[in-house]
Amino acid sequence: MIPTSFDYTRPSTVDEAVSTLRAAGEDAKILAGGQSLIPVLRLRLAAPSTLIDLGGISDLVGIRSDGDSLVIGAMTSHAEVAASDLVRQHAPMVAEAAQSIGDPQVRHMGTFGGSLSHADPAGDLPSVALALDAAMVVAGPEGRREVAAGDFFTDHFTTVLGADEILVEVRVPKLAGWGMRYVKFNRVAQAWAIVGVAAAVRRDNGGIAEARVALTNMGPTPIRARGVEQALAGADADLDALRAACETAAEGASPSSDVTASAEYRGHLAKVLSRRAVAAAAGL
Amino acid sequence: MTVTEERPAAEVGHARRRKEDARLITGRTMWTDNITLPGMLHLAILRSPMAHARIATIDVGPARELPGVIAAFSGRDLAEDMASLPCAWPVTEDMVHPDHLPLAVDEVRHTGEAVAVVAARDRASALDGLEAIEVDYDELPVVLDMEAALADGADLVHADKGTNKSFTWVFDSAEAGSGGNVADALDGAEVKLSRRYVQQRLIPAYMEPRSVVVDPTGDVFTVWSATQIPHILRLMIAMTTGTPEHKVRVVAPDVGGGFGGKLQVTPEELIAFHVARRIGKPVKHTETRSESMQATHHGRDQIQFIDLTARRDGTVTGLNVRLLANMGAYLGLVTPGVPILGAFMYNAIYKIPAYRFECTGVFTNTAWTDAYRGAGRPEATYAIERIVDELAAELGLDPMEVRRKNWINHDEFPFTTVAGLTYDSGNYEAATDKATQLFGYDELRREQAARRESGDLVQLGIGISTYTEMCGLAPSRVLGALRYGAGGWESATVRVLPTGKVEVVTGTSPHGQGHETAWSQIVADQLGVPFEDVEVLHGDTRTSVRGLDTYGSRSLAVGGTALVKACQKVIKNAKRIAAHMLEASEDDLEFADGTWRVRGTPDAGKTIAECALAVFTSHDLPDGIEPNLDADATHDPENFSFPHGTHLCAAEVDTETGWVNIRKYAAVDDVGRVINPLIVEGQVHGGIAQGVAQALFEEAVYDESGNLMTGTFVDYTVPSAADLPAFDTDRTETPATGHPLGAKGVGEAGTIASTPAVVNAVVDALRPLGVNDVRMPCTPERVWQAIQEARR
Ligand SMILES: Cc1cc2nc3c(=O)[nH]c(=O)nc-3n(C[C@H](O)[C@H](O)[C@H](O)COP(=O)(O)OP(=O)(O)OC[C@H]3O[C@@H](n4cnc5c(N)ncnc54)[C@H](O)[C@@H]3O)c2cc1C
Repeated sequence: MIPTSFDYTRPSTVDEAVSTLRAAGEDAKILAGGQSLIPVLRLRLAAPSTLIDLGGISDLVGIRSDGDSLVIGAMTSHAEVAASDLVRQHAPMVAEAAQSIGDPQVRHMGTFGGSLSHADPAGDLPSVALALDAAMVVAGPEGRREVAAGDFFTDHFTTVLGADEILVEVRVPKLAGWGMRYVKFNRVAQAWAIVGVAAAVRRDNGGIAEARVALTNMGPTPIRARGVEQALAGADADLDALRAACETAAEGASPSSDVTASAEYRGHLAKVLSRRAVAAAAGL
Repeated sequence: MTVTEERPAAEVGHARRRKEDARLITGRTMWTDNITLPGMLHLAILRSPMAHARIATIDVGPARELPGVIAAFSGRDLAEDMASLPCAWPVTEDMVHPDHLPLAVDEVRHTGEAVAVVAARDRASALDGLEAIEVDYDELPVVLDMEAALADGADLVHADKGTNKSFTWVFDSAEAGSGGNVADALDGAEVKLSRRYVQQRLIPAYMEPRSVVVDPTGDVFTVWSATQIPHILRLMIAMTTGTPEHKVRVVAPDVGGGFGGKLQVTPEELIAFHVARRIGKPVKHTETRSESMQATHHGRDQIQFIDLTARRDGTVTGLNVRLLANMGAYLGLVTPGVPILGAFMYNAIYKIPAYRFECTGVFTNTAWTDAYRGAGRPEATYAIERIVDELAAELGLDPMEVRRKNWINHDEFPFTTVAGLTYDSGNYEAATDKATQLFGYDELRREQAARRESGDLVQLGIGISTYTEMCGLAPSRVLGALRYGAGGWESATVRVLPTGKVEVVTGTSPHGQGHETAWSQIVADQLGVPFEDVEVLHGDTRTSVRGLDTYGSRSLAVGGTALVKACQKVIKNAKRIAAHMLEASEDDLEFADGTWRVRGTPDAGKTIAECALAVFTSHDLPDGIEPNLDADATHDPENFSFPHGTHLCAAEVDTETGWVNIRKYAAVDDVGRVINPLIVEGQVHGGIAQGVAQALFEEAVYDESGNLMTGTFVDYTVPSAADLPAFDTDRTETPATGHPLGAKGVGEAGTIASTPAVVNAVVDALRPLGVNDVRMPCTPERVWQAIQEARR
């Protein structure tokens, strides 16, 4: 279909974007890769008065190394993230998750920041950001602030971003000495995750020293499987120990039942996939 | 021996790249939606959000006020113009056949049913117009489940009909004289299996959405439509709008896929026609994908109750089939006939002594069903191939052995089946032997045993499907006996231009199958002209005057035969002229490689091109001859053709998650003589993919209020190449005997064959866990659930 009519602007700096956003008021919307927003507009499920296209702000594109962090610009495409040597070296699971998104067209249009801002419960990048304790750098009228991934996602399709704020970049800590793996379970290759698991594991003396496990689509926001993480800390690095530790993966989760899967099945998958993701991250 | 001239290589059998592909793949062609006419308006259609409701009030007035909107009509506004959309296949005399108006007038009976239309200067304004239309619906009870719909006191889809049953159609081999009495077989059975299989509802997801342009200006109405059936559409437009047939021209330009989904006379086509006629301006409607998912006809949706009886040695003694077929809310062009086509295929390749088939058509508040790739035959093949596997499991026999024991041997052809069809040719042994080798059957069975032994979390299953199908639709007399409203013949015209180039007109209507290439290959060999010199015209009822279009794997077997006949007439027409030019007697001429030669003097000859030029100038022709080489031919087949083959699938099933991975897929098809192996290969690949889609991926789901839950490609999961394995394919070739081409048809074979092969593999993998069925599509969750239930 065709969206209702709207105004369109294409600022060239973040400051300009923020002030335009502020001036345009509640009904304005940021346009990044358009892979989530345009379908919504075409179905006429939203009718913003103004679209502010971030595509003209070159500062928002790119991946750089900054001390202990990897910094990914909000407008960097999934394809660039997936292909980046820096990402593959310091946060390989981010590249894996980006590579698993949709199809090549979607990966070339869709953006890293757009995915996180959109906060789809089935989106792959939010749980990865959560598992890695990434920090979101947000620009608003009062300047910039950093929000931890754990505080960023508040509900389905909802984040702490204010109406006049823009996600500008994401700081991903480099986890030296960790193994990591994103496991996605979906019906067809280009479908969204039924459940996804992002796991990062640090091994020590043959065992597991520390683990972080975050789940995709097990509730309105990505969640950390804290019970699993606690059970894994200090656990033996063998499959039986992992199996036992992952039994609690779905605890505290509130997955939905829909046409793709029941909540019960999602709960079951969370356990199995957590074990598999952790095992892979631990090199088992 | 002297070789005077290089003999041209035969075109038939040559794996030519398709000549139409460059324009189709680049899109540089005339799709209906590319058509723009002066003054053309764009239509948008308002669709019901309710599955069943009375339209209390509807006001299109506010839409008319909007800028850019030229006209808006509700069903009531067009009520006087509209007649019911046609159903051409009243399968029984007393079939309940409710009216189906293009725009609903008083009542809507499925979500997505059209209730109003807006015509505007551009598409965006038309869509704005839809939002301004006000409709008040009074909700009515919704009937979705077929078994509930038939229960006493059920709510009714069509209150005035007093029933949700459309018809019950019966075939009984005892009555037909083609076999014994099933009741006897059931009574005395050593082994009896009863199963209930569900053929889920599918949505034809053709690549090009449906699109229609109607031009009412000028002396005739011209209708361009993304349809499979321009000829039938023309007739039906004439019959349902009161327009004289010669004042309607229908054009199917290039059409991007159909799979039966465009074998329809659609509400959208008629809405566009009525609006164009009312306002006197050209109009266009192109559906969105979400509209298409809701409002195109759907496929399958049957519940099958199957009883199979056998002796303990595996010899099948009887087959009893009871079917509930979901018609949806209305009857489309051939809706009731689809399950009936299946009636002739349940016995498949087997010698079954007694057979009974009973099908009841049921109305529900869902989109109406109709033809979808295979139409009735995939459902039948699925049921028989699944239950033969169950019989093998029951008796502890190898499923291949049970098949061998029961199938028709190659030396028994022609063979008249218990369903009354005569299979002219086939060789199931040869295809199966080739397939088991290609597949590595024994080795995979060994691997399966090892995995079972070790209790591997990933189990391996092997699925067999030894299918046949009836295609080359269809002998007109048979269609008449089945109460179908039209014939099954096909026509062709061959015109030789003065320069020797050839124009061919076919009455078939390709929508992606590659007819232009295959037809050119046939003509090249027949007339001895280069492949490149042949142009194939189709789809425009002004050029292609006679035809019955493309469906049911008929184009080559029936339309190709008409083409050969037309070529033969051209050759015959050329003979007298050649004889005259060669100053020889006609009796002394022989035709080879495109040239009439005098027997014994190979150097003296006249090509078809030379004869065509002679005819054009007509300066020196024999007395009394009509100066024309061109010819028309029509072919009405004596019999169907019966492709067959053996498909084998090895599926790995992750018993923890239910994930199914097709590890290996081997297909050996016997589609008779092959005109172009590349096209056959393409049809087989696409066909298998579509059958695998039913087995594992696709299902249209309505919620309890009749909303389509799978209304986009996010939820209706059509697999892509990434989800499918490489297919190992090969062929055997037993030519069809009914016509000179020997081709049987290949358009539906892969789809018919693959679904049971895949599901049999999934069930075979899980049998040691106590699973003996998984409802389609075998999604990971369903597989997992089946394992859980078996463990309980
Ligand atoms: C066919 C298809 C398949 C897909 N499959 C997957 C999948 O498997 N996994 C997956 O994770 N995703 C998938 N996606 C979604 C894809 O990842 C999108 O790219 C992503 O969700 C949104 O990113 P975008 O750049 O396209 O954002 P847009 O669509 O432009 O915007 C999305 C929302 O975020 C807001 N926004 C965007 N950028 C910013 C910013 N910098 N600051 C503040 N607000 C912002 C917009 O205002 C809008 O509300 C799929 C999409 C499609 C079309």
